[in-house]
Amino acid sequence: MTIINFTPWTALIGGILIGTAGLLLLWLNGRMAGISGIFGSVMSTDQSANGWRILFVLGLIGGGFIWAIAGGDVAAIKIEAGLPELIGAGLLVGFGTQLGSGCTSGHGVCGISRLSPRGIISTLFYMGAGALTVFVIRHVVGA
Amino acid sequence: MGEKLTGLIAGIVFGIGLSVAGMVNPAKIVGFLDFFGEWDPSLAFVMGGAVAVYAIGYQLVMKNAKPLFADAFQVPSRRDIDVRLITGAVLFGAGWGLAGYCPGPAITGLAFGMQQTMIFFASMAAGVVIFKFTMGAKS
Repeated sequence: MTIINFTPWTALIGGILIGTAGLLLLWLNGRMAGISGIFGSVMSTDQSANGWRILFVLGLIGGGFIWAIAGGDVAAIKIEAGLPELIGAGLLVGFGTQLGSGCTSGHGVCGISRLSPRGIISTLFYMGAGALTVFVIRHVVGA
Repeated sequence: MGEKLTGLIAGIVFGIGLSVAGMVNPAKIVGFLDFFGEWDPSLAFVMGGAVAVYAIGYQLVMKNAKPLFADAFQVPSRRDIDVRLITGAVLFGAGWGLAGYCPGPAITGLAFGMQQTMIFFASMAAGVVIFKFTMGAKS
């Protein structure tokens, strides 16, 4: 194993911002910052209490804009997956996060922080499945 | 009003965090998941930073009787490990490894106008809708 492209400082600062955003949502609104849960509610037929959720999703996009305008290195973003992989992966992520009630933010950040057994188990399984998928693509199929 | 403004500000800070952290770059995510090849450990630092802040803050915030703009804290109480939790995590993880996108970065990434991000996002939204039509009522 060799280590490449390691960016510990920006990773740590970004992580601190993510944790802070999650805390704002908890302290002020009493809500978990679970993005798949929030997105799932935005995609539902009942929009009666979704005002803050829609603004949160728009804010996520706005945050990307602000980073890009402030000089973020957009050109460094690389998407290696082709069209069929992108479509298949999107379906898996959309369906899987709803079935499993969470993703990297809700089960990962919030769940692990609260020592939630569901969050910790979910994180072990999605990390494991992700690593296995990359192993198969890069070292079995792509070898 | 306060609840909505909080949603917007938390979303913006979260989106900047995902961008600064490099989570919006699928190549970096795949690089982290490639434990058996050339490994990029950055994502462990993103998770570490976020968990450190949230874990400490959670203890402080939950000392309050209620949140500022709502009547009660809505914190998940379930602790059971069921088949749906694990199956969902495995499907999500497979998709995450395949494209390098989890839901947050796929939404924030729309800001950068790349066609592949939009295709992934549309497909993810379709996956959510398919779930709601097939299995949503059971949850």
